[in-house]
Amino acid sequence: MSRIQKTFSRLQAAGRQALIPFITAGDPAPSATVGLMHALVAGGADIIELGVPFTDPSADGPVIQRAAERALAHGTSLRRIIAMVAEFRERDADTPVVLMGYANPVEAMGYEAFGAAAAKAGIDGLLTVDLPPEEAAARAAILKRHGVAPIFLLAPTTPPERAQAVARLAEGYVYYVSLKGVTGAANLDVASVAAKLAELRAHIALPIGVGFGIRDAESARAVAAVADAVVIGSRVVQEVEQGEAGLADRLTAFLGGIRSAIDAPRP
Amino acid sequence: MSQYSFPDAAGHFGQFGGIFVAETLIPALDELRSEYERARRDPAFMAEYEYELKHYVGRPSPLYHARRWSETLGGAQIWLKREDLNHTGAHKVNNTIGQALLARRMGKKRVIAETGAGQHGVASATVAARYGLECVVYMGAEDVARQAPNVFRMKLLGATVVPVQSGSKTLKDAMNEAMRDWVTNVDSTYYIIGTCAGPHPYPMLVRDFQAVIGEECKQQCADQIGRQPDAVVACVGGGSNAIGIFYPYIDVPGVRLIGVEAGGLGVETGRHAAPLTSGAPIGVLHGERVNLMQDENGQIIDTHSISAGLDYPGVGPEHCHLNEIQRAEYVAATDDEALVAFHDLCRYEGIIPALESSHALAHARKIAPAMSPDQVIVVNLSGRGDKDIPTIARLDGIEL
Ligand SMILES: Cc1ncc(COP(=O)(O)O)c(C=O)c1O
Repeated sequence: MSRIQKTFSRLQAAGRQALIPFITAGDPAPSATVGLMHALVAGGADIIELGVPFTDPSADGPVIQRAAERALAHGTSLRRIIAMVAEFRERDADTPVVLMGYANPVEAMGYEAFGAAAAKAGIDGLLTVDLPPEEAAARAAILKRHGVAPIFLLAPTTPPERAQAVARLAEGYVYYVSLKGVTGAANLDVASVAAKLAELRAHIALPIGVGFGIRDAESARAVAAVADAVVIGSRVVQEVEQGEAGLADRLTAFLGGIRSAIDAPRP
Repeated sequence: MSQYSFPDAAGHFGQFGGIFVAETLIPALDELRSEYERARRDPAFMAEYEYELKHYVGRPSPLYHARRWSETLGGAQIWLKREDLNHTGAHKVNNTIGQALLARRMGKKRVIAETGAGQHGVASATVAARYGLECVVYMGAEDVARQAPNVFRMKLLGATVVPVQSGSKTLKDAMNEAMRDWVTNVDSTYYIIGTCAGPHPYPMLVRDFQAVIGEECKQQCADQIGRQPDAVVACVGGGSNAIGIFYPYIDVPGVRLIGVEAGGLGVETGRHAAPLTSGAPIGVLHGERVNLMQDENGQIIDTHSISAGLDYPGVGPEHCHLNEIQRAEYVAATDDEALVAFHDLCRYEGIIPALESSHALAHARKIAPAMSPDQVIVVNLSGRGDKDIPTIARLDGIEL
């Protein structure tokens, strides 16, 4: 069983939902990333999505765009990020790590080389925003052969037939984009998320995480009521943007607040 | 004779092209593809497109013999396909009319566009005014500064121009911002991409709407010269004016197709926008898999060109394919070479060309002298240079 599968079956047995924070690797500096990952786990992260910065993040809002610019200014590359995860694994053998970004850095490294290096470093999954199932079959097969889960997006615009195509390729979990927009948008509508997830679940057996637009304990708790996992990106990155002083502790505390809101008993 | 038929059903031109976008946009692209397939087979749609090209754009554009310049160069006869005489001053409007008619057919009330030189932005704002659509144009902040006349023109036409401050503040960043807008407003909005790039079906439909250039050219060559040219030369940014004139010639043997990229300060300096000439590796950006200027980590490199319309790190997938199968050749002209050709055309023919088109002229200037006077080069004069006058004046140290 993969680390991602173990995580979800442990949570499901306990009737809990996964908390998945996102940070951009190399932001505010490459030397800080591994420490921040441990801080996220201390705050209650079940899985970490580690952003791979790209010069042209066309699906991201300003917060994650700026994070990518800071990370790239420090020379953060996919190869360095793989090394960061290997270092993280020295002290954490259990928390799954999923790389999230755009296709081109992986295309440039090559899927075969990436898959081998990622598996060796203890990377559990890869989500490339601009790689829909149409283009993914051969690439996903290489990742799977290396034990790296290809993770796909579903969207409010996704018709049921496409969900089936995603189900055939996906492993680990699928990521439902809660709204039409870029990361960090603020127009989350939980009722429509709930309705769409009910429709998608007829076609997808994997756990479904929901992200985009979750900013606080209240929205996290509302989403957790309908999803298997809650993904928080821009709001965590905003915390990073506040400066390095006390950052690890602030991340742990912020995530801890979200964690308790998700876990609090429901009437 | 080989029958060229690309792209395939999935939008691939050989190993290039495809659909590399976020999930949210896929259904919109599917809808666009099926609507376009219906429209191109709908005689009423095609008749309206042709009516607009004739009466609103002023087509056919002339094929003009640049006799004095040819004589001065002392070689092949250079003919110019006068896209500069179109309404709005460039080839871009052929495409925006087609796409705006599609937008209207699809019931979209709002259109967005990215622009570099501003020509596509102007052409989009123009057709939006013509068809009563709301129009937002994204433009890199650096390009807003160097193409001021076009920015004002778009505003006169009722469009909102949004300067893009992210990344290198040029065309690629404008395209990123347009994609962000589209993913947010996908239900109400039609994205008019300005070149034969982006996710399928854009490279195909932009080509089809621009192919009128080559269709006319073939007829005009037969009528006016009595034969087809030895070479067809066009500048390549994303490649829409080039594919427009190349496409009808792909299956015609004996016609060299030459695409001219922006050589900037020289391809050897690394400061250019010439992915094909420099042999850039294949990568994924803006929905397509193409030759792409990038570093060893897959990050996109800043490009340089004197002309904003060519300042783009990628190139449309069909050009990558034509390059790979060696049906077309790709070369570069530097900033300086383009400027010399620009001044030549002003002084010998009384035509002020766009800086983009001046790259194609520069290559014709390079090859014509070694050819014989009974040979023919057609240069696609993709646009006029009014928008570039402030840039040229600045280079000459003149305050306007
Ligand atoms: C006059 C002119 N020619 C050429 C181009 C380059 O575009 P493409 O390569 O798509 O023809 C532009 C772009 O702005 C332009 O304005």
